[in-house]
Amino acid sequence: MSADHDDGADRVWFEPPPRSVRLPMAPPTPAPATITLEIDGREVQVADGSSLLDACASIGVETPTLCFLKTLTPVNACRVCVVELEGSRTLVPSCARKAEAGMKVHTDSPRVRLSRKLVLELLGSSVDLSQAPDVARWMARYDAHPERFGADAATVAQPVKDDNDLYVRDYARCILCYKCVEACGTDAQNTFAIAVAGRGFDARVATEADVPLPASACVYCGNCIGVCPTNALVFKSEHVMRGKGTWAPERQTTTDTICSYCGVGCTLTLHAQDGRIVKVTSPLDASVTEGNLCIKGRFGFDFVDDEPAGDG
Amino acid sequence: MDLRIPHSEPSPDERAAVDALLGAPASGWDGGDRDVALDGRVARRGLRAIEARRDLLLPAIEAVQARVGWVSKAALDYIARRLTVPPAEVWGVASFYHLIDLEPAPPVVAHVCDDIACRNAGAEDVCAALGAEGAVADGATWKRSPCLGLCELAPAALLVRAGATPTTEVVAPATAAAIATARAAVDGPADASAGARRGDARLDEVRRSVPQAGDASLQLLARVGVVDPGSLDDYRRHGGYRGLTRAIELGGAGVIAELTAGRLVGRGGAAFPTGRKWQAVAGQTERTRYVVCNADESEPGTFKDRILMEWDPFAVIEGMTIAGLTAGAEHGYVYVRGEYPVAAARLQAAIDAARAAGLLGADVAGTGARFDVEIRRGAGAYICGEETSLFNSLEGFRGEPRSKPPYPVAVGLFGKPTVVNNVETLANVPVLLTAGGAAFAAQGSGTSTGPKLYCVSGHVARPGLYEAPFGVTVRDLLALAGGTSRGRPVRAVLLGGAAGSFVGADALDVPLTLEGLRAIGATLGSGVVMVFDDGADLPGVLRRIAQFFRDESCGQCVPCRVGTVRQDEALHRLAARPPAAAVADDRALLAELGQAMRDASICGLGQTASAAIESALALGLGDPVADAPTTGGAR
Ligand SMILES: Cc1cc2nc3c(=O)[nH]c(=O)nc-3n(C[C@H](O)[C@H](O)[C@H](O)COP(=O)(O)O)c2cc1C
Ligand code: SF4
Ligand code: SF4
Ligand code: SF4
Ligand code: FES
Ligand code: FES
Repeated sequence: MSADHDDGADRVWFEPPPRSVRLPMAPPTPAPATITLEIDGREVQVADGSSLLDACASIGVETPTLCFLKTLTPVNACRVCVVELEGSRTLVPSCARKAEAGMKVHTDSPRVRLSRKLVLELLGSSVDLSQAPDVARWMARYDAHPERFGADAATVAQPVKDDNDLYVRDYARCILCYKCVEACGTDAQNTFAIAVAGRGFDARVATEADVPLPASACVYCGNCIGVCPTNALVFKSEHVMRGKGTWAPERQTTTDTICSYCGVGCTLTLHAQDGRIVKVTSPLDASVTEGNLCIKGRFGFDFVDDEPAGDG
Repeated sequence: MDLRIPHSEPSPDERAAVDALLGAPASGWDGGDRDVALDGRVARRGLRAIEARRDLLLPAIEAVQARVGWVSKAALDYIARRLTVPPAEVWGVASFYHLIDLEPAPPVVAHVCDDIACRNAGAEDVCAALGAEGAVADGATWKRSPCLGLCELAPAALLVRAGATPTTEVVAPATAAAIATARAAVDGPADASAGARRGDARLDEVRRSVPQAGDASLQLLARVGVVDPGSLDDYRRHGGYRGLTRAIELGGAGVIAELTAGRLVGRGGAAFPTGRKWQAVAGQTERTRYVVCNADESEPGTFKDRILMEWDPFAVIEGMTIAGLTAGAEHGYVYVRGEYPVAAARLQAAIDAARAAGLLGADVAGTGARFDVEIRRGAGAYICGEETSLFNSLEGFRGEPRSKPPYPVAVGLFGKPTVVNNVETLANVPVLLTAGGAAFAAQGSGTSTGPKLYCVSGHVARPGLYEAPFGVTVRDLLALAGGTSRGRPVRAVLLGGAAGSFVGADALDVPLTLEGLRAIGATLGSGVVMVFDDGADLPGVLRRIAQFFRDESCGQCVPCRVGTVRQDEALHRLAARPPAAAVADDRALLAELGQAMRDASICGLGQTASAAIESALALGLGDPVADAPTTGGAR
């Protein structure tokens, strides 16, 4: 951008002023102090502000979680992640409890194992967990037998809510983890189409007065689908294919790309089976989306498979 | 917020009920008449003052319920619009409470208690005589209710009539005929003070609930039945506001020093030292603080707070005022359970009188300090007595407990440091300050100091509220209450309510102190002493307790939401007298459920939901085979 390539004509090039040396940047955050605690007899150092879950993960201790997701505010409702903290009367949820210097934590004590087992059994006996990844493995690990509550145990079984073209709500699979409510609310979408209603065992995720989604405030961003841990919320495409018996995850491929609808540049993960897109997600660690999309990126893929019309 | 709220039209009554609370809507945007010239081209920033009052959500829903008898979706949408709350969240809040009907209901509802004390006194017969629950006849219906806090008068019922001036009537002892007769009373004009008769008539009325009333040695109950609960002058003539005067002399640090010297601990169940709580709030750097009086009293078997509020309301307000001055709070709330209309009305009258006399308001008693009190009503949810759940309910959210830490003294109501105390705790404060901390601590024993209220009910001759020092025994209380009612021996005593535990007849001489009961694995909790003789249907009582927790779980955490259901199911299986092997399985299941609920639940409800049941089974009480009633049909 100078007059170097002058072709001899009398042209004056505009020189932009030099960039300000002081870029508007937040002051550097000081690295958080490290604290030391003890987990299962091992000394662990983590950054101040870490959760006990982070601390466990840092030494390779796997903790089951259902209602926790790193992009959402912890609600600590499922209690499958509890650990024993010396000096605490009750067990504490590792996902929400901050690590403190000097804590002594046990992640596999009899009390912890019993509570984790019971939580898995209580959920397994009341909710259809067949499409929840990891749960079967945890059930085996904690020797959980949901069937011991008997054949008459109350469940949340109910018909699928299939009231729109984009996704279905199969609340027989809902463990009431609050994630979809958080994603629809202040943690991501700020639409507030759904909330927890009712109380106790009748508590459920619902629109106002249980109106169908099209009558609610839902904008079909599908961010609730993205966070649901049990497949209670699923793409209509997946639901239909599962119904026909054609859903075959082992034949599916995923491809990351950038959404072409607008300039935001959301990362899309296209899930394709037999050459057709069957659903769209976004990686939780994509800096632009943190897993969230809008209706276009999430559901606007049908056109890809459309036959070119007429003149192409 | 960019909310989508349906444009449905509330009925004129619904609109009037909401507008009476929130004022008329300012424009078409919030549900008023649309004026194209005014409303057509405006962009507003932020919320108008009234729109930012999410804490008025429950009062608005309650206003519609009280006026119409049920709350329609159109009414909820209108409230959503007025307060700028998403309709789904309004629905979530409205559907949380028992006393809010979201289906059309007749104006008159009889809430008939079928909880443990009333069950003991024949509540099932009352229910049977009333016919099908929920059936509507002659503009009225009836529903089963958990404990109404009227256990001393069991069996009890509460009649509620919706209307522009809603009326209520307590029916106790309740029979189908008495409930029908009371219908005339609720159909008549409202009179909140109808119960507050004068002089001897008043004392006679009070003695049905407080047999000791009028006894000169009483401290907490000294004025109950003696003074006119509506008269500030009467209150002052009988020692009222001496505690506040003393508090002002002492100053904040002095008050805390006295409370600490008196070793006053909370009477709401957790027995936390009150002085420490107040000091923790007084020491916060955040200047906005709150005082909350927990008057949600819903623990089955508990009725002490109701009696204090109905018959000595100024004492509660005085205690709150002292808390406000000491903790540096300018605003206090009393959260009164929805089933206590008389208590709420008398407290409101006391607040108004205290404000008119300069004892509340911008300059409390000439100190220059500001403190005022507002009443909020619960709407039928035991869990809202848990302090953090109470905050959520008061703020207009679902009454789900928050996880602790942080504790209320640092992050409480509206996220600010908050003193939350039980009614009885606050009523103790003027008593303590007037007597002095040392004299207060001289009563009782060890860490259990001062006078204590015991809610004695069940199979006793004179059920009622009794004041006695800490350290008396159940046998002493039985003597005060005239012994058992049917001449039968005591089989079991429930201490602390549904969240407490059963003890056997061998524990009649254990001193009722915090440490005495801890030694036998029991708790005094909210002061419930419910007596069961050997004719009681203990298995049935255990099933009712299990059902209580199943009904009252907020549903937030898995161990309690599903665990209380599984506990209830297991007790029903046991009641069917299965083979021995199945009994053993279910017993083991109950023990594991209890352990997981105690260890992994978020709050005290789930943590104690198995306590009474486990304690009974451990004592061999309530075994469905061994412990069937010894007389046919006896309860
Ligand atoms: C399920 C549950 C219900 C409770 N209900 C009440 C209640 O109705 N009244 C009350 O004062 N405290 C109740 N509490 C205890 C409160 O959380 C809190 O500890 C108390 O109000 C503190 O007051 P205090 O220190 O004066 O006792 C309840 C606790 C739980 C876990
Ligand atoms: S699709 Fe989006 S707007 Fe609709 S309920 Fe789910 S999160 Fe809310
Ligand atoms: S629908 Fe899914 S995300 Fe929502 S609460 Fe239920 S399990 Fe959790
Ligand atoms: S223990 Fe029960 S009442 Fe308490 S938070 Fe959990 S579900 Fe709610
Ligand atoms: S993952 Fe921690 S409570 Fe659910
Ligand atoms: S009023 Fe019926 S049990 Fe308390």
